[in-house]
Amino acid sequence: MRTTNWAKGAVMALAIAMAGVSAHAGTLEDVQSAGVLKCGINTGLAGFAYTDDMGTWTGFDVAYCRAVAAAVLGDPDAIEFVVLTGKTRFPALQAGEIDVLARNTTWTLSRDVDLGLTFVGVNYYDGQGFIGRKALGVMSATELDGASVCIQTGTTTELNLADFFRTNNMEYEPVPIETNAEARAAYEADRCDVYTTDASGLAATKATFDDPDAHIVYPEVISKEPLGPLVRHGDDQWADIARWVLNALIIAEELGVTQGNVERLAGGTDHPEINRMLGSEGSYGEMLGLASDWAVHAIKAEGNYAEIFDRYIGPDTRLGLQRGLNALYKDGGILYAPPFR
Amino acid sequence: MGGPSRGVILQLLLVLAVALFFAFVVANTKANLERAGLSAGYGFLWDTSAFDINQRLISYDSTNTYGRAFIVGGLNTVLVASMGVIAATIIGFLAGILRLSPNFLISRIVTVYVEFTRNVPLLLQIIFWWVILLALPRVRDSIQVGAFYLNNRGVRMPAPVFEQGSVVLLIGLVVGVVATILVARWARARQDATGHKFPVGWTGLGLVVGLPLVLFLITGRPIGLDLPEMGRFNLQGGFNITPELVALWLALSTYTGSFISEIVRGGILSVNKGQTEAAGALGLPSGLTLRKVILPQAMRAIVPPLTSQYLNLTKNSSLAVAIGYQDLVSIGDTILNQSGQALEVISIYMVTYLSLSLLTSTFMNWYNGRIALVER
Repeated sequence: MRTTNWAKGAVMALAIAMAGVSAHAGTLEDVQSAGVLKCGINTGLAGFAYTDDMGTWTGFDVAYCRAVAAAVLGDPDAIEFVVLTGKTRFPALQAGEIDVLARNTTWTLSRDVDLGLTFVGVNYYDGQGFIGRKALGVMSATELDGASVCIQTGTTTELNLADFFRTNNMEYEPVPIETNAEARAAYEADRCDVYTTDASGLAATKATFDDPDAHIVYPEVISKEPLGPLVRHGDDQWADIARWVLNALIIAEELGVTQGNVERLAGGTDHPEINRMLGSEGSYGEMLGLASDWAVHAIKAEGNYAEIFDRYIGPDTRLGLQRGLNALYKDGGILYAPPFR
Repeated sequence: MGGPSRGVILQLLLVLAVALFFAFVVANTKANLERAGLSAGYGFLWDTSAFDINQRLISYDSTNTYGRAFIVGGLNTVLVASMGVIAATIIGFLAGILRLSPNFLISRIVTVYVEFTRNVPLLLQIIFWWVILLALPRVRDSIQVGAFYLNNRGVRMPAPVFEQGSVVLLIGLVVGVVATILVARWARARQDATGHKFPVGWTGLGLVVGLPLVLFLITGRPIGLDLPEMGRFNLQGGFNITPELVALWLALSTYTGSFISEIVRGGILSVNKGQTEAAGALGLPSGLTLRKVILPQAMRAIVPPLTSQYLNLTKNSSLAVAIGYQDLVSIGDTILNQSGQALEVISIYMVTYLSLSLLTSTFMNWYNGRIALVER
């Protein structure tokens, strides 16, 4: 139940309090000996993490979890999903309840440094926006002086919102609600004039309205929201693995390695970077502490970055998100993975 | 070994064991926090909060500190808890008395209310009231009564604006209240001595309302009104009560009221029937019998369990987070998330609720001592 989140927080705080002080083995060994990866995901957000008809978790963030599980354990299904709210996600990771968190989480300095977490990269470049009814006659978020604004609590959006209205010298009434579903319901009941969250979330939310065309997403993007997976601070080996799984998915798109052709290409090609990534040249897997064909498994799980994007949130899905900033650097975006060598 | 010394040693051992356990928890927590590279301590309370709060009893904006945000949240908790305690007491006493009514229809209606509200989870009731309030007209179609507006964003009403000279009115109000108390004492002493009654109620009304009103007119109306006006999105100006506060208040008071009504009913039934009959034989009307004979005796059975209900109501108000009423826990959760200081924030919750509960208990114990049976 949503409302007991703070109770969950308390339990996790207690977990921090009661956890044994025994010397902690590396996360990689822990995951390998358990044979299962514990991955923290959203409680449900269209496109990013949701259950399909069969009741299995799927989505853009879930796909990353599956790629990590495939790289580390050779099996994309060897995952225990832990559903987390905006509030419980960090204590869960800190206390070791999960090994990796892939829950559209914004990379900020204080989270990276003060919370004892390590962001391993960005899997979606987002920004906070507003959605409102067309009937309001508002064309821009700078016209929202005096409006009531629905927000989901426990996110960076609350802070951006306060900053945005303050810098534009406007008044507003915040209506903070714990979950996306209830905040959306309050917006639909006209409890507030506009709803604000990350642009990707707005697209996901708009897609589920009865009459999506009656609503307009304002052009202003009021913040930078680089969303990415993260791990606990202090285990560099595990952070490297999490980082390079993400990089491998991006490089695979760059090099044209797909879910369909990865097995064939793994046999050896005349492209040295593909050979290095898929393990037929060099010993890059060994450097990470993994099998040499780890990237083959990771890519085979759900395909490369473009395949994952298109399958769950791309133009042909209900979310209909364009690649935009999330296109490869050579296609006009800012997605740029370091070289595989 | 002798009996008493063995007991003392056992108790000492127990105290030692408890102390060791807590020492272990504290040391272990510290070690784990250090290992995880997390900072501990309450220094974060002085950091800038950077988020806004829609309901504030004291001034606050996003440039204030986490500590001040906590105080705003704590006051919101105290506000809804005190409103709830007052309403639940009124509802509870009315329902408890009415359920004993000889009128079949009234007692059945009250039975249905009691059984329904106390058997449905409070969280559902909170959300139920909230959804009902959200179904009110939209802000542009507000129901308007004079300068009062009702819509699904709350009730907006004129707010008083205190201008220079309004302090005189405050003094007038205080004088009126004090005078009423003195008159009530005098009237009681006179009734004890002579049996004559004095209209205390009307006199009090005149003093408490009339005196400030006369002063208001004499001093040239130093209190103005800030009237709500329709802005582009919302009504602007005046004073707004949010639907979240109302929903939480209604849910808490009807829920706790049903428990209190059972306590009241039990208290009344615990008074010997002979008391009612004796009062009747003396010719006391039934209303006076209830007020002067039954309830004073029933109160002794009612007050101790009533205290627990007040404590429950206060703690239950933390369910506010479900509908976005910004109480201590709702704001604390945001602070927890922004600052990452889980242990500290939760310790603040605990200390706050503990203090509120102890304050309530202390007051109720004092009251219970006052009304306790005086053996003659």
